[in-house]
Amino acid sequence: MIPEPYAPILYALVYILVAPLLGGLIAGIDRKVTARMQGRVGPPILQPFYDVGKLFEKENPLVTASQNFYVLSYVVFMVVAGALFFSGGDMLLVIFAFTLSHIFIVLGAYASYSPYSHVGAERELLQIIAYEPMIILTAVGMYMVTKSFFVSTIIASSVPIILYLPGVFIGYLIVLTIKLRKSPFDISTSHHAHQEIVKGVTTDFAGPNFAKIEIAHWYEYVFLLGVIWLFFAWNPLIAVAAIIVAYFLEILIDNTISRVKWQLMLRTAWIIAGALGIVNLGVLYYLGMVVVP
Amino acid sequence: MQILDLLLCLILFPLIPAFFLLVVRRDSWRSLIVQLSAIAIGIVSLLLLVLGFDKGTLLFTVASEPVSQVMFLIEMILAVFILYLGIKYRKTLTVGLILLQAGLLVWFEMTMAGHLEIGNNLFVDQFSIIMALIIGIIGTLICVYAVGYMETYHNRHKEILDRRTIFFAILFIFLAAMFGLVFSNNLIWVFFFWEITTICSFLLIGYSGTEEATNNSFLALSMNLLGGVAFMAAIIYLAISDPSGQQLGLNHLLTTGKAVALVPAVLICFAGITKAALMPFSSWLVGAMVAPTPVSALLHSSTMVKAGVYIIVRFAPVLSGTTEGLMIALVGGMTFAIASFMAISQNNAKKVLAYSTIANLGLIVACAGVGTYNLMWVAILLIIFHAIAKSLLFLCVGTVENRIGSRNIEDMGGLIVRMPKIAIMMFIGMAGMFLAPFGMVISKWAAIEAFIQAPFGLIFIAILAFGGSATVFFWSKWMGKIISVMRDQTVIEDTVKKEKWAVLYILTGLVVVVCLIFPLISSVLIEPFVLNIYGQTAGLSQANLTIMIMMLCLLMIMPFSMLLYGKNVQPPATPYMGGRPMNDSMHFAGSIGISRELVLSNYYLEKTFGEERLFMIGTSLCWGLLLIAGIMLLGMVL
Repeated sequence: MIPEPYAPILYALVYILVAPLLGGLIAGIDRKVTARMQGRVGPPILQPFYDVGKLFEKENPLVTASQNFYVLSYVVFMVVAGALFFSGGDMLLVIFAFTLSHIFIVLGAYASYSPYSHVGAERELLQIIAYEPMIILTAVGMYMVTKSFFVSTIIASSVPIILYLPGVFIGYLIVLTIKLRKSPFDISTSHHAHQEIVKGVTTDFAGPNFAKIEIAHWYEYVFLLGVIWLFFAWNPLIAVAAIIVAYFLEILIDNTISRVKWQLMLRTAWIIAGALGIVNLGVLYYLGMVVVP
Repeated sequence: MQILDLLLCLILFPLIPAFFLLVVRRDSWRSLIVQLSAIAIGIVSLLLLVLGFDKGTLLFTVASEPVSQVMFLIEMILAVFILYLGIKYRKTLTVGLILLQAGLLVWFEMTMAGHLEIGNNLFVDQFSIIMALIIGIIGTLICVYAVGYMETYHNRHKEILDRRTIFFAILFIFLAAMFGLVFSNNLIWVFFFWEITTICSFLLIGYSGTEEATNNSFLALSMNLLGGVAFMAAIIYLAISDPSGQQLGLNHLLTTGKAVALVPAVLICFAGITKAALMPFSSWLVGAMVAPTPVSALLHSSTMVKAGVYIIVRFAPVLSGTTEGLMIALVGGMTFAIASFMAISQNNAKKVLAYSTIANLGLIVACAGVGTYNLMWVAILLIIFHAIAKSLLFLCVGTVENRIGSRNIEDMGGLIVRMPKIAIMMFIGMAGMFLAPFGMVISKWAAIEAFIQAPFGLIFIAILAFGGSATVFFWSKWMGKIISVMRDQTVIEDTVKKEKWAVLYILTGLVVVVCLIFPLISSVLIEPFVLNIYGQTAGLSQANLTIMIMMLCLLMIMPFSMLLYGKNVQPPATPYMGGRPMNDSMHFAGSIGISRELVLSNYYLEKTFGEERLFMIGTSLCWGLLLIAGIMLLGMVL
């Protein structure tokens, strides 16, 4: 066994090393499944890695030198957020680090003064305000069931959290669509090659900087799916199954529902997700069904 | 006796520079007086910290007889003055309120004041020390900044009558009144200083003498007089219920139990709500932005509105667990959410700052209204962080406004090139308001952890989650505007005066340093104070603190990463324009050969977050909540 004080550091290191591989693989599978749904053959599973490798070899055109700083900060704080999560840290702190990281990519987009990335930045901010409340409510829900904000405690709980937080879980899945940049909520930038604002927030990033953004996405995937794990943490098998089903569902939604305007996105995220979350938490609160493992 | 001397010094000393500033007309002399007194006041408030932080609550006996009569006399003179102005400008509401208040005061003085025995008129505890530091350091820094600002202000606005002598005298009287307010144990004294701050802010808001300024200053005055009437009612209630006057001492009142203290507590909190500009009284603070920027900085950070939340936080132990307290907390919570949404739709920088202040004051009141021990800890933390970051932001906006002649956020594009130092300071100030791991996020985080254990806390967590995300939106898009790099811009900040820079540097340093040392501030000042009242205290866990500090260090190292790329800088690419050619002056080739300028504007989402609609909703909701609290209060009295 690993000595107690070093365990969190080890988990964090494992995340830092393994998450990009896993995230890239997920992105590859995602592309394959999407292609099959659209009746195409699709690229090889490892295609995302080839892409990123090639991007690193290209030159790095900049509108302003500060873009380098914003992109690097985006990656670094994304890694910090994920590492904190996987080392068993405080959920709220993880969420704040996560938001901080996204503010950097938004600032990077603003810095370039291209109309496309500008609109992308505004929309990305709208996406942040759409999903952030629900993610905080998710953390609060976890606290109400396990009496702790620490991931290490939540994950060690033998309580089937999902049974207490079904509403919160559905709410989380809705904002996950925003976070994974899936249609109908991929308004700030999209993985599909058909958007009115070109590439949105990432328009003015190319070459190595764009590769870094892709890698940050991979880290993000693993973290976001890790949160799903927490709902099912009492049984790892079910947890893995739940993650697969949830992700498949996201791909299905992505390929069947067309992009909406920001108003509808904000409304969906706030009203549906918020209401489900708040009603769920309210019921828990009212019934006093707060379980300590 | 030594600490008592410090208290008296802080309350009385600012009157000396106030007097000299009234008679001195030379700019250099004025500047010297302000700077010297700022240093003196700053040192005395630090001395108070050094000598007083480990002493707990100290009560002082100060003979109340001659002082109280002098106070009564001053209040009467001021009432006549207000009455005169009210009649002169035909402000019926103000006239009515000042007559009502003066009437109550005279009645109280004639029939009740005679046999009141309040031994301990002054006191100091850790919370007072914190407030004194905010007033003594941030307040005076703003005064120093104001000297240079007002010079430029009058050069730019020749049409405004130069009344700087009175202006600076009032600033220092304001500070003196604030010190008096936080050190007074006798509620009658608190009320006296309370009224002085109301009148000082009234005079400062109306400084420019334009019609708009006059109207807004009377709006502020009326709303605060309404609060003053409630405050007076609380004093009279206490004097009637206990003719010996013991309960008029804060130390007795706060420990006497809810049966006696709740009615005056709610009345005084109502006064606090008017002063802290929560909804439905938010309009006076928004209107106050017509004043010169240092005045706004002072009103928003270290004086005035902080007096309002100070008194509510004082009464938090009485409010905790009561339905009336919950109503007050809900007024705070609603104000937080709605003011944050309203800030999204504003492009006037000072208005955004005003709504952000109102929102944060709402959050403080929400904490104090629920009033559990860990929420009181959060409330005090919020007061500290907000005061520093907000004063910095106001002064930065003031500097920018003096240079570019606009306070519109849309005109601040590319500020990072035009005024790089100011832009970075604004950046740090804004980060202090909404980004991890800076102050306000630490407080928000602690607030979530505290609300979750409090009765009805879930309502406030929901408010915090949704309102908090709105703050992310309006700050980030402002940040984005500042850093968007346009070509052909020149540096224009070299004309900013030296003392202004000094003030801005100190405040920027404070934003960062206070984040680093807040565990120390918490354990030395806030925790003992909370422990003393509730018998238990709060704090963030050690592991989280370490991570926060590591994150802060990482954030400070990150900008140096730009050096890594220093060597192989390529010629700058043009921003992506869909293939249209564009020249350096941001003109691109539009259709049919017309050259157009590229102009980008932020989202303000008027339809969703429009000011008028949200203001109506917020005002009616908060009036409703206050009405419920009022009816419950009436039930208790009868």
